[in-house]
Amino acid sequence: MSCTFGHTLSGDGTLEISLIADASGVSGDPSAVLRSIETMRPGSRVVLSTDAAPFIAPLVIAPPSLAILFKIATLCAQREVSLSFSGFPEQVTRQLSLALSVPARKGARRARGEDRLIVSIGRASVSLIENLTGWLSFLGELLMALWLFIRRRARVPVRDIWVILDECGPRALPIVTLISVLVGVILAFIGAQQLRQFGAQIYVANLVSVAMLREMGAVMAGVIMAGRTGAAFAAQLGTMQVNEEIDALTTLGISPMQYLVVPRVVALIIMMPLLCVYADVLGILGGALVSSLTMDISLAQYFNQAQIAVHMRDLWLGVSKSGVFGVLIAISGCLSGIRCGRSASAVGVAVTSAVVSGIVAIVLSDAVFAVITEVLGI
Amino acid sequence: MNSPQPHIVVENLTMKYGDFLIQRDLSFSINRGDIFIVMGGSGCGKSTLLKHLVGLVAPSGGRVLYGEQSFWDLSLAERDILLRRFGILYQKGALWTSMTLAENVAMPIRQYTNYSEPEIRDIASYKLALVGLAGFEDYYPSEISGGMQKRAGLARAIALDPEVLFFDEPSAGLDPMSSKLLDDLILELNRGLGATIVVVTHELPSIFAIGSNSVFLDADVKTMIATGDPKELLRTSKDPRIIRFLTRGEREA
Repeated sequence: MSCTFGHTLSGDGTLEISLIADASGVSGDPSAVLRSIETMRPGSRVVLSTDAAPFIAPLVIAPPSLAILFKIATLCAQREVSLSFSGFPEQVTRQLSLALSVPARKGARRARGEDRLIVSIGRASVSLIENLTGWLSFLGELLMALWLFIRRRARVPVRDIWVILDECGPRALPIVTLISVLVGVILAFIGAQQLRQFGAQIYVANLVSVAMLREMGAVMAGVIMAGRTGAAFAAQLGTMQVNEEIDALTTLGISPMQYLVVPRVVALIIMMPLLCVYADVLGILGGALVSSLTMDISLAQYFNQAQIAVHMRDLWLGVSKSGVFGVLIAISGCLSGIRCGRSASAVGVAVTSAVVSGIVAIVLSDAVFAVITEVLGI
Repeated sequence: MNSPQPHIVVENLTMKYGDFLIQRDLSFSINRGDIFIVMGGSGCGKSTLLKHLVGLVAPSGGRVLYGEQSFWDLSLAERDILLRRFGILYQKGALWTSMTLAENVAMPIRQYTNYSEPEIRDIASYKLALVGLAGFEDYYPSEISGGMQKRAGLARAIALDPEVLFFDEPSAGLDPMSSKLLDDLILELNRGLGATIVVVTHELPSIFAIGSNSVFLDADVKTMIATGDPKELLRTSKDPRIIRFLTRGEREA
């Protein structure tokens, strides 16, 4: 029950291929046939015949069968070998001549295959450099647009700023509430476990309040906003790019930077510090909850201790960090969106890269802040 | 009638995406009042040529002249002044989805004029009525059909009574009747506004119905192989590629 390709080379250089197929169609290995066509001289003839007429109906339907015949026919065309069919029904030959009517465009087929290590390293470095310069030039354009905005010379839709403020502020409160309370609770539990060994549980208040104000409030709010708002920015701008809406702005002489990016950056610069303060407060409350319920620390003791521990500069540090995070999130979101390709999957890629680069930027800049504050003794 | 005045002149334009050559050595001129067709098979770079003409993509070689001015040698501010005289209908309409139709049409007017809000609103309604969309002012683009979106895009393109109108595949995705109506509208705008019109299309009925001048791009040799009135090309051309295209392959050279 197998199909076979028999082939014989006749005296005048004509290759006769006979196809013996059964009800399962053609599925045999044509590589021997293909190899012998490859050795043929231009101008010689190939005759493809079959005696499988009863099975031609499934042969027509089964795509692999036609694909094998197509492969033979293209190779013949490439080698400038003339090909004739005998015994095939008209549907088959018609379909094949349709497939062959437009030859593969030269240079259209992409070279596939494994790059060597050095090539992939080269490609990776080039794309890294392109990404970095992309970031820098975007930042430059953005700063120029912001400068124009501050001098009230930019066309920035103020109405849009309000819409975006609402979108990334009040609407983010539930998730920020949940996460920051839980972070406060977690910090308090870990602290309590360790501090209990010294009988210094009261210092849980120090731990939670200092950690929330200096680090966790800003970082958690930042990560939430990167996943929520950064992704939304990338998706909005990416879809606009796919839809040619951004082209339509550009050709109207409206700078997408001023019209689309500035409102988003401004909204996040305003909203992030507010969200950060909110997260700080809720995180400290979460800590208070744990210490009053599971330890012998009253709320009054907790807040008293927290008041001694924290300084105004801790709050300012966290808040200013969050402002920087806001800018970074907005830039990664908008940059990915504006650089988006022209397809639906490109929007997906843009959103992913917005979130990833947003979170990486937050963590990197937080590390830089840590070093700076250490050196300055803040 | 005066002798034809060149409006847009393309000189030795070469278009590339990265290292990938799209078309090279394009030289043709579009006269004032022409309906100029950019034609050629799929994937030969018609829409890319349009993007070069409207200043979305910088050419990798050659110049695009508007009157005496070379677009890419101008400063940004001067380009803005030129852009203001263009109207562009994108392939999918490219309406701003967060705005109503009236707001879409009002946007260019607000951008470039000092009319009061009620005046702008009236102009927007008038332009929408011109394309047969009276009463749809407060609809969002997602609430209307594809053909209507396209017409709304046209209303936005003609909001400032442009000197040059660009159409990117105006009949793509339209039924034959709507695309005929759009052709009539293009002719009307050409006569009524005296606008120079550049149309990217491969719809033969449109090409012969409206075109008065054209350029034919070929994907294999990656350059233009003819320019002139499409009806004239069909009559006189000896090039089999052009004849095949203009007769849907029914007549060979």
